[in-house]
Amino acid sequence: MSKHKSDVWQGTLGLMVLKTLNALGPQHGYGIARRIEQTSGKRLSINPGTLYPVLLKLEQEGSIATEWGVSDNNRQAKFYRITRSGKRDLARTEQEWERAKEIVDRFQSLKGEPA
Amino acid sequence: MFVGGRRDSELARELEAHLEMQIEANVRAGMSPGEARRSALVAFGGIENVKDRVRDQRGLPWLECSWSDVRYGIRTLRNRPGFTLVAVLTLALGIGATTAIFSVVYGVLIKPLPYPDSDRLVSVRHAAPGLVPRTSGDTFGSSASMYLTYRDQNRSFEHVGLWTDSELTLTGLGEPEQIRVLAVTKGILHALAVQPALGRGFSDTEYLPGADGPAPVILSHAFWQRRFGGDKSALGRTLLLNSRPSRIAGILSADFRFLNLTLQPDVIGPIQIDTNRIVTWDTVNQIILDNLNYNGLARLKDGVTLSEANADLARLLPIWIEAWPARPGQREAVTSWRVTPALRPLKNEVVGDIAGMLWLLMGTVGAVLLIACANIANLLLVWADERRPEFAIRAALGAGRGRIAAALLHESFVLGAMGAVVALPFAYAGLKFFAVVAPANLPRIKDIAIDWPVVAFSVASAILSSLLCSIPALRQAFHYNTALGSGTRSGTASRERNRTRTALIAVQVALALVLLVGAGLMIRTFQALTAVDPGFTDPEKIQIGRIFIPPAVIPEPERFTRAYRDILERITALPGVTAAAFGAGMPLEGRAFLSSISVQDRPDAVGEAPPTRSFNSISPRYFETLGIRLVAGRDITWADIDGTGNVALVSENLARELWDEPQAAVGKRIRQSRNAAAPWLEIIGVTQDVRADGLHQRPPSIVYLPVIRKGFNLRAITYAIRSDRSGQESLLTEVRQAVWASNPDLPVFNVRTMQDIYSASLVQTSFMLELLAIAGAIALVLSVVGIYGVLSYVVSQRSREIGIRLALGARPTALKRMFVLYGLGAAAIGVGAGLAGAVVFSRWMSSMLFDVRPLDPATYVVVIVLLVVAVSISAYVPAQRAMRVDPAETLRHE
Repeated sequence: MSKHKSDVWQGTLGLMVLKTLNALGPQHGYGIARRIEQTSGKRLSINPGTLYPVLLKLEQEGSIATEWGVSDNNRQAKFYRITRSGKRDLARTEQEWERAKEIVDRFQSLKGEPA
Repeated sequence: MFVGGRRDSELARELEAHLEMQIEANVRAGMSPGEARRSALVAFGGIENVKDRVRDQRGLPWLECSWSDVRYGIRTLRNRPGFTLVAVLTLALGIGATTAIFSVVYGVLIKPLPYPDSDRLVSVRHAAPGLVPRTSGDTFGSSASMYLTYRDQNRSFEHVGLWTDSELTLTGLGEPEQIRVLAVTKGILHALAVQPALGRGFSDTEYLPGADGPAPVILSHAFWQRRFGGDKSALGRTLLLNSRPSRIAGILSADFRFLNLTLQPDVIGPIQIDTNRIVTWDTVNQIILDNLNYNGLARLKDGVTLSEANADLARLLPIWIEAWPARPGQREAVTSWRVTPALRPLKNEVVGDIAGMLWLLMGTVGAVLLIACANIANLLLVWADERRPEFAIRAALGAGRGRIAAALLHESFVLGAMGAVVALPFAYAGLKFFAVVAPANLPRIKDIAIDWPVVAFSVASAILSSLLCSIPALRQAFHYNTALGSGTRSGTASRERNRTRTALIAVQVALALVLLVGAGLMIRTFQALTAVDPGFTDPEKIQIGRIFIPPAVIPEPERFTRAYRDILERITALPGVTAAAFGAGMPLEGRAFLSSISVQDRPDAVGEAPPTRSFNSISPRYFETLGIRLVAGRDITWADIDGTGNVALVSENLARELWDEPQAAVGKRIRQSRNAAAPWLEIIGVTQDVRADGLHQRPPSIVYLPVIRKGFNLRAITYAIRSDRSGQESLLTEVRQAVWASNPDLPVFNVRTMQDIYSASLVQTSFMLELLAIAGAIALVLSVVGIYGVLSYVVSQRSREIGIRLALGARPTALKRMFVLYGLGAAAIGVGAGLAGAVVFSRWMSSMLFDVRPLDPATYVVVIVLLVVAVSISAYVPAQRAMRVDPAETLRHE
């Protein structure tokens, strides 16, 4: 079975979650999944089986906190919000990504040997 | 442990909400409700699957316990009753034995003494390196003068006191009886914070000499029940103790126990002391410098450490030496002893040297439990192997690795719980057995019970065992979830699983070897001890019993010694008595008096402490009665005693030490050191050495003196009677009649045969021997069963391979050898590891060994041979069965 949408690369979903929560404030799991898909321009598809373990992992690491609240359409839902230590983590991770991206860009710009 | 339940329901609500939002979004996008739901579910990818993946992320899946898992575990186990029965019984045996021994360790070593703030109680002991070398570990009690010095000038004690226990004759309540009594100064009952349950304690004036009227006494609860039937009117009544009236002032509560005295006191009375006199029952002594024969006990002030208190007493000892009256030369002598304080926590004193033995036993049963765990681990491993298809299907249906591991763990925990439940009656029975075989002098035996900390220990060991048992199977489980295809066919066992099995066999063999070596060394020790010549012969034919004549019954020494001789003559005349004698004490009775000696015409050694010798005082025919040979010279006669009485016999080792030849000692003259006024005693005979201090101790050098001599009034003596009727009630009745014919107020006590004393001196060795032998036997049986089980399984797994090999013409003997060698190979690793363990273990128990080196080659060789034979047999039987595989049948299955 081939997929027309990419799975999220290992390790990057956490960054996307933090970034989303940082930009948009507290969200429930469904909301996070939709926002990330929108931000990616529908190029990503977020599977709950991938998302919820990552949310739990971030919570265990103390980057996000949860509380029960009411959604837009009056439904009980668990809301996630980024914590102070989550923001620090986000800043550090973003820097690392920035550096990694630069390095990859440099290689991308290498020209092939003239034939 | 059950927080998982709440977290799971929260997770379910969250995912439910997620799904509903997706459905709503789909409806908004224009789908029909049914279509919206289907599409959302497909996108979701299975709610249970998501839950499992979140649970995996939670980590440590075994901490997530839910009742459904437990129920599933029980159901699974119920389908395998045979396996479950074996596993539960094995676990129960291990946990039960461990719990029983732990209850002993807890009751004796760990539980605080039954007094408030008991960690502040100390025993006041002293070392005297000038008198006995510090290395001997011997310490001394306190003298009355020390007590007075400490009491008045110390800065460390809240209370300090002296106590001494002895026996008195009780009359005036019907039958005369010898009772155990405890005498205490002020401070002892205060330090222990003891109040009588009925009546009152002693007043301050009652602790001073010269108080009017009968002395007050406090009765033990047991004595009160026994002699007064628990009647409260006993308070205020009068007892005659050694014919001296005492008034009952109080009665103790039933749970009071005084330290570790094997024979608890029936009656407690005050030691009355001022700066001149110390009065203990009917004995009055002047207060002088030495006589360190009282037991000191103190309660430290809150916050004072043992070393601070020691320093405090060290400051007072020079003051003590100067302050009190002393005989001529005594002050110099005491100074030369170099007395220093050696306070010990009271608990150490109470527990004594038993700690090593108990921890050794704890290690032993711990090893048995480990072997049991290894067995069950192997069973679970085999079972997990058989269940690979089941696991593979569960994995294919979406169960995470954590789910499968959790299922295995729950089964293991259910096993552990059942094992723990079955273990409690085992532990109880074990404790009953322990009480029967344990040495009677085991301290605090009344404190041993299955109480809450013991139950907690039992539960903890059950949990730990369950975890240990399931580790190998768990490790396997993590490789199963992709194995649907290969799992259904019995392929050859993987290398990894083989390694685990080999390791488990090796662990079992190693532990069994350690325990068997321990048991073997104890057997050798027991043999060596029973082979020792104690010096006396036919202990079963020697009846002994003690008599005490209180001053109030016969005051004059001439008359009571006459009474002793009268009684002896009557006993000697009894039918069937071949010889009889009496003395201050019998061998192994522990009544020797210690002192050094001087030899006439030979200067005393200067500077170092002279060696101490044992002294015993004996009547004529003592050696004949006990069967001790005369090596040279002659026995004491009544003519010697009626004459000057200045004669002595010495043991052969003393004669050889001083004069090289037993014969050369005869005619030489000796006397007790440090008593220049005493007459010289002529050595008239030399006797065979006797192991008077214990079978495991070297025979002491002994000086035998006449039991009756000038200025020496021995009121308590032991009779020895050689007769074929020893131990029979008819002889004892006749002996009592002989005593009462002389004086009707004299009880005969400590009645037993020399065989009883002899056996008692072996009891610690036979106790350790029995327990180690039982542990070793269990270990051996469990290991053999374990190896048999593993080999049977390996053979059944490889029946395909065996069939092919047989079909290709392999000889059955070669194949059998292959399996036996596999078993032996695993066992060899175990023997190697076990040898290292046994070397450590046997050093640990070296203090319990006698005449056997910890590395006794014979023991090691026998144990290794025994193990190799046992392993070979348990490997051969399944290998033999494997050869019955029909090659055609196997190949058809392919």
